[in-house]
Amino acid sequence: MSAANWRGAMNVQTPRPVAPGNPRAGAAHEPRARRFTNPIRPRHVVVLAFLLGYPWFATPFFTFQIAAQALALGLIALSLTFLGGSGGMISLAQMTVAGIAGYMVAIFGSAAADNPSLGWPWWLAVLLGIAIAVVAATFIGWLSVRTEGIYTIMITLAIGVAFYYLALQNYAVFNGFQGKQQVFPPTLAGIYWRDPTPFYYLALACALAGYLFVVHLLRTPFGIALQGIRDNPRRMHALGFNVTAHRVAAYAVAGVIAAVGGVLFTWYNGLVTPGSVGTGWLINILVIAVLGGMRHPVGAFLGAIVFVLLQNFAIDVIDRERFNLVIGVVFLSIVLFSRDGLLGWWAALSARMLTHTGGTPWRAASGRSYVR
Amino acid sequence: MESRKRTFVRALVAAVVLTAAGGAALAQAPPVKIGLLATLEGPFAAGGQDGIRGAELAVRQRNGVVAGRKIEIIKASSDAKPDVAVNATRKLVEQDKVDIMVGPLSGSEGIAVKEYSKTQPNITFINGSSGAQATTLVNPSPNFFRFNTDGGQWMMGLGKAALDKGYKRVMVIAEDYAFPYSQVQGFMAEYCRLGGKVPVKAWVPLGGKDYSSVIARVPKDVDALVVVLGGADAVNFLNQYEQAGGDKPLIGGSITVSQDILNYRGKRRESLVGTIAGAPIADAYDTPEWKAFVADYKKNFPDGYPSPSLFALVYYFNMKATLDGLEAVKGDLSDGQKKYREALTKLVLKTPVGDVRLDQNRQAIGTTFITEVVKDAQGNLYNKVLRKLDNVNQTLGLPPAEFKIGSRDEPNCP
Amino acid sequence: MTRFWKGFWALLIGVPILAFTVWGLQDNPRLFVVTLLNGLTLASLYFIVASGFTLVFGLMRNVNLAHGSLYLLGGYLGFFTAQFTGSWLLALAAGFAAAAVVGLAMQVSIFRFMPGQDLRQTLVTIGLSIVIADLLMWAIGAQVHQMSPPASLDGPLRGLPVIRVYSTYRLSLLPIGVAIGVALWLFLNRTRIGMMIRAGVDDRGMLAAAGVNVNLVFATTFAIGAGLAGFGGVIGAVELSMVPGEDTRLLLASLVVVIVGGMGSVVGAALGAAIFGLAETYGLAYAPTYSVVFTFVILVLVLAFRPRGILGRPA
Repeated sequence: MSAANWRGAMNVQTPRPVAPGNPRAGAAHEPRARRFTNPIRPRHVVVLAFLLGYPWFATPFFTFQIAAQALALGLIALSLTFLGGSGGMISLAQMTVAGIAGYMVAIFGSAAADNPSLGWPWWLAVLLGIAIAVVAATFIGWLSVRTEGIYTIMITLAIGVAFYYLALQNYAVFNGFQGKQQVFPPTLAGIYWRDPTPFYYLALACALAGYLFVVHLLRTPFGIALQGIRDNPRRMHALGFNVTAHRVAAYAVAGVIAAVGGVLFTWYNGLVTPGSVGTGWLINILVIAVLGGMRHPVGAFLGAIVFVLLQNFAIDVIDRERFNLVIGVVFLSIVLFSRDGLLGWWAALSARMLTHTGGTPWRAASGRSYVR
Repeated sequence: MESRKRTFVRALVAAVVLTAAGGAALAQAPPVKIGLLATLEGPFAAGGQDGIRGAELAVRQRNGVVAGRKIEIIKASSDAKPDVAVNATRKLVEQDKVDIMVGPLSGSEGIAVKEYSKTQPNITFINGSSGAQATTLVNPSPNFFRFNTDGGQWMMGLGKAALDKGYKRVMVIAEDYAFPYSQVQGFMAEYCRLGGKVPVKAWVPLGGKDYSSVIARVPKDVDALVVVLGGADAVNFLNQYEQAGGDKPLIGGSITVSQDILNYRGKRRESLVGTIAGAPIADAYDTPEWKAFVADYKKNFPDGYPSPSLFALVYYFNMKATLDGLEAVKGDLSDGQKKYREALTKLVLKTPVGDVRLDQNRQAIGTTFITEVVKDAQGNLYNKVLRKLDNVNQTLGLPPAEFKIGSRDEPNCP
Repeated sequence: MTRFWKGFWALLIGVPILAFTVWGLQDNPRLFVVTLLNGLTLASLYFIVASGFTLVFGLMRNVNLAHGSLYLLGGYLGFFTAQFTGSWLLALAAGFAAAAVVGLAMQVSIFRFMPGQDLRQTLVTIGLSIVIADLLMWAIGAQVHQMSPPASLDGPLRGLPVIRVYSTYRLSLLPIGVAIGVALWLFLNRTRIGMMIRAGVDDRGMLAAAGVNVNLVFATTFAIGAGLAGFGGVIGAVELSMVPGEDTRLLLASLVVVIVGGMGSVVGAALGAAIFGLAETYGLAYAPTYSVVFTFVILVLVLAFRPRGILGRPA
C-alpha cells in the first residue's frame, strides 16, 4: 500500500489532551471526578442575569431583531458546532434541516398561501415539524457518513442545494418561489408570542436548553465516544464502537437542535421560502459557527451575535450594498489569523495574560482547535 | 491575574449594555423619512437601479422638500426573493424608523411585503413596481397602496392585438412566480375568450439560464411565442433562441421589452424588432408631458438609459403619489397616519401618461399601452405606440365574480 | 464487484434508459435528439469547469469553493477583452490567464502556508469566494453581460438530419470539450509535470522525498485548475451570459459532477458531467417541474452505493 495508507493505518498523530468541550472545568491538576461537575462561576451568573434582564433596558428593535434573531440563529449554528467541533463532521445541511422544520410547521399549521395549509393545532405542527426534520437529518447523515472529512462539506452542500431546488420547483407542497407567508407563533395564555419580549424569552429558553443539553451531552459516554471518533475513528472501531452508528446518531441529535432553531427562525421571519434554505444561508451558518469558534458550544451564539450585529449595522458604516464584502473580509480574517474564531482569540488572549502573570502553562495549552 | 480578566469581562459587558441602551435613544427627526426598496442584486438588478432613478426624479422635482419638511430617502436592496425583501423592509421600518415605505420591485416580494405591512399598522406602505395581482386582490392590507397598475392590467388589449396580427396559436414561456402569472392571465383572459389557443405553457424557474430544452419544446404549429421573462432571463432566452435558429415572432411581457433589455450589453437584439407587447409605458409616446418627463430623466441621469424604463416610470408614479399625499395633508403624519391615508385614497395622481385613481382595494386604475418594438435612426430600439387604453381596472373590465386570478393552471385554453 | 452484481447494476440502470430511448425516439425524435445534443454540450461546459476543480482536489486535497468566482472572473475579463480587441480567441486566452494568475496568487500567498489543513483551506476559499464575487459586482455592476460568439460560430446551422437546425456555437462546445479532455489527458500522462502530478496524487510524501519541488508542482496545478475555470467562464459567457450568481451555479454544478464522477479523477469528471448534463436537460425537456429532483435522486443513489463517486479513489 502507499505511504499515505501506511501512515494512516499506523495513526501517526500526536495525542492531544482530551478536554471535552469544557475548558472552564477547573484548574490544571484536579482529579478526573471533579472535572465532571461544572462549577458555577461568577461570570456565568453575570451573563445569565444580563440575558434575563435584557428586555428591560433594550429597545424592542434590539430585543427582537438583534437578540432574538441571534439566539435563533445561534441555535442552528450550535447544531453545526456540535457536529463539527465535537464530531469532526462539518455539515452544510444544518440550515436545510432547520428549513425543513420551518416548512413543516407552515404546512401542518396555518399559513397564508395559495395552497392551503392543513391548519392543525400549533403544538402538533411543531412536533411534527421537528420529527420530520430529524428524520431528514438522519437521512442526510446516513448519506454523508460513509465519506470522511472534507468530502462531507461537498456532499452536504449538494444535498442542501437539492432541497432548495425541490422547495423552489414544487408547488403542491412547498408553494414554490413564493414560499409560505404568515407563519406565526400562537397566542397562548393571553400573550402573543411574537411580540418582542415574549419571543425573546422563548428563544432564550430554547437556546439555554440547547446549550446546556450539548454541554451535558459532551460529558456523557456518547459524547466522549463521539469525540473519540472525531480524533481517531480507526482506534474507536478497534475498541468495538460502532463508528457509523455513532455518527448518524450525532447527525440526528444535531438535527433536533437545528429543527428547534429552524422553527424559531421561521417564526421570527414570519415566513419560509426557498431563499431561506438557499446557498447563501447554508454558508452563513458555517460562517457563524466558524466566526464564534467550534471549541465550545458558546461559540455558536457568539458568532451569531457578531453576524447579526454586522448584518444590521455594518450597512450604516459601509455602503449598504457592500455588506457581503464586509462579512467576507471579517470571515476571511478570522479564518486566516485565528485558529478557532473568536473563542480561539479569547484563548490566545487568556494564555498571554496568564503567562504574563505566571499562570499554569497547562491551562494555556488546553485549548483545542478543530480547524486543523 | 484573575482580577485583570474579570475587569476585562466587566468592561465588555458594560460596553454591550451601553450599546443596547444607545439603541434605545433614537429620536424622531423633523425630516420625513421615506424608505426605498428595489432589487439592486439578482436578476432584476439593472431594473432596480432604474427604479431608484425614477423615485429620485420625483424627489428632485420637488427639490427635496415637501410641505416644508425635508425628504430623507433611505435605500435598501433586495434580490427578488420574498424573505430578503421582508428583512430589508423590516430593517427600514423598525431600525431606521421610516415614516413611509416605498417598494418593492418584484411581484413575489410585493406579496410578502404586503403581509408584513399588516403587522405595522402605523406605517404606510406604498408599492414600488411589484405587479402581482394577488397583492391587492387577495387579502389586501389596509395600509398598502399601489399606484401602479398590475401585471394583468398591463396586458389588457394585447390578446386582441395578437389575434389581429394573425397569431391564432401561441406558446407561453414565462417565469414561474406571481408576476408572470398575472401577466399571462391578463393576456389569455382576452385571447382565449376571442378564440385564441394556447397549446403549451412552459414555466421556467426565475434565474434559470439554460433555455435549450424549452426552445426544443416549441411546437412547429404555433404562430408566435408569448415571452414573459425579465432581466437576465430575457437576455439569455433571446440570445439562445436566435442562436438556435428560432424565427417565430414574439409577443412580449411588459418587462421583456423594457429599456434595460433593449439596451443590454451585447449585440443580440435584432430578434426583438417587431415584437408587440403590453405595458404601462411606451417610449415613443408623443405628448408634451411625456416628452418633458423623458427630458427631465435624461437631464438628471446622464448615465441612465436613452429613455426611462418601465421600472423608472412606475417607481416615479408611486413616489410622486407619496409626496403628493404628503403635500395634501401638509406633512401631517400624526394619529397613526390616518389623515395621510385618507388623502392617498382620494388622490388623483397626475402622471406623464394619464391619470391614476385607486379602487376599493387601494389598487390603481390607470393607462395601458399596446406597443411594438422598432429601431430608430441611431440603431437604438424603442417601443412605438399601437394603442392606448385608459381607466383599466384590476378585473380588466370583467365583473369581479367572473374574474379569476392568474396562476400556473389558470386560465387554460389548449 | 463480482460479475453478478455488475450485471445486476447494468440491467437495473440500462433497461429503463433503453426503454426511455425507444419511447422518446418514436414519440418525438426531433425533441429527443435535440435534447441529447443539448445535454452533451452542457456536459462539455460542466466538464471543462469541473476538471479544474477535481485536478486541484485530487492533488492538493483542497476543496476550492472559490472555483465559481474564478469562472466569473474569467468570463468578465474575456467579455471585456473581446469587446476591446474583437477576438474571441484572445478572450479565451485572457480568461484563462486571468483566472490562472489569481489562482496562482491564492496558492502561493495563502494555501502554501496551510499544508495539510484541509478544512481551514476550504473555509478560506469560502471567504475568498464571497469577497471576489462582491468585488466583481462592485467593479462591473449587476447588469447582464452577454458575449457574442465569434463570427465563424455565429447563428444557426441548418440542414441537419432529424433535428433540422441547431445553434452552431452550442454544437462547437462538443469538440471544444473533447479537445480539452484530450489535452488534459496528454498533459497528465505524457509530460514530466503530469507525471509528477499523478505521483503527487498517489503519495505526496514520496514525491517530496524524490527531490521534486512540490510547491512548484502545486502552484502549477492550482494555476491550471483555476485557468480551466476561467476558460469555462469565457465559453459560458457566450452561451449562458455573465451575471452575479453564476459563480454559485457553476460551483454547485462542478460539485455535483465531481461527487458523482469521483473526486480526483479527470475521467470521472467527464463521466459525471455527462450524467449530470444529460439528466438535467432531459429532465427539463420531459418533466420540467421535477427535473432537479430527478438529478438529486441520481446524486443520492450514487452516494448511497458508491460514496466516493463512480470512479473515485479512496483518500
